[in-house]
Amino acid sequence: MGNGTSIGRVRGLGSSHHGAQHWLVQRFTAIGNLILVIWLLASLAFMPGYDYATVSTWLAKPVSATAMILLILSTFWHARLGVQVMMEDYVHDHGLKFAALAALNVVPLAAGAFGVICVLRLALGAH
Amino acid sequence: MAQTHSNRPLSPHLQIWRWGPAMLVSILHRVCGNALAFGGLGLLLWWLGALASGPEAYGTFIHWVWTPEPDRAIQSFTSILGKIAIVGLTWAFFQHMVSGLRHFVLDVGAGYELETNSRWSIATIGISIVLTILFWAVVLLR
Ligand code: HEM
Repeated sequence: MGNGTSIGRVRGLGSSHHGAQHWLVQRFTAIGNLILVIWLLASLAFMPGYDYATVSTWLAKPVSATAMILLILSTFWHARLGVQVMMEDYVHDHGLKFAALAALNVVPLAAGAFGVICVLRLALGAH
Repeated sequence: MAQTHSNRPLSPHLQIWRWGPAMLVSILHRVCGNALAFGGLGLLLWWLGALASGPEAYGTFIHWVWTPEPDRAIQSFTSILGKIAIVGLTWAFFQHMVSGLRHFVLDVGAGYELETNSRWSIATIGISIVLTILFWAVVLLR
């Protein structure tokens, strides 16, 4: 193993053994997205109206609230994995890459938590 | 190397390549996936946040992205952008969805013959456009 070029430093080390898991979870969450986003689009398409009362009453129902929370978990997890692949391809500066990957471990979690709280608030009887 | 006209494949090669449907669909999968991640999930959270905050916040959301209040010039502008973004995101979803399904087929090792591969690449775009039109037809004409 050399220590000169970047390829020389990693040659012979083999796989990091994280890739296959990432690839598989991307596909498992893709199946979740497929079912749940189609559910959301179909629900919206056939909604009798888009006024506050109609939409919030629909979302507060136990089945809709559950599906919406699952949708948030599945899409945010899938997006987090997918955006990581994009960043690994385009962000090469070590410092920026560290910042990007660090943000990727915080932002989707925080944003997803906010979404779940919003749904729970309606489902548990606000408004 | 002296040979000028060779039948050997050009790809994969960093500088010598030609556009093909599979390349376009591959790039669209990435662009649409990231548009959904940043734009789509962002909009979803804004919508859910507005719903959870009550009728007034929900009204504000609708005014900025879809139906402007009569006396708000800026909203008549943002509501046009909102419509473009929302219709665009539904197409991005269908495109990413259909090419994601194509990924599953390719993942099991099928569909790599040149003809078949090109045909299905083009088909993903046709199918996503048809699904987008169908969706909006149901929303607007129902
Ligand atoms: C609205 C929800 C969705 C979001 C936000 C999303 C986002 C993304 C992103 C950002 C990527 C990374 C693209 C790249 O640069 O390689 C990706 C990859 C992927 N998506 Fe989605 N996606 C969604 C729905 C779906 C659905 C419904 C399917 C399947 C039918 C799907 C299948 C895939 C597959 C198979 C990959 C991996 C592609 C590869 O390995 O190169 N996605 N997604």
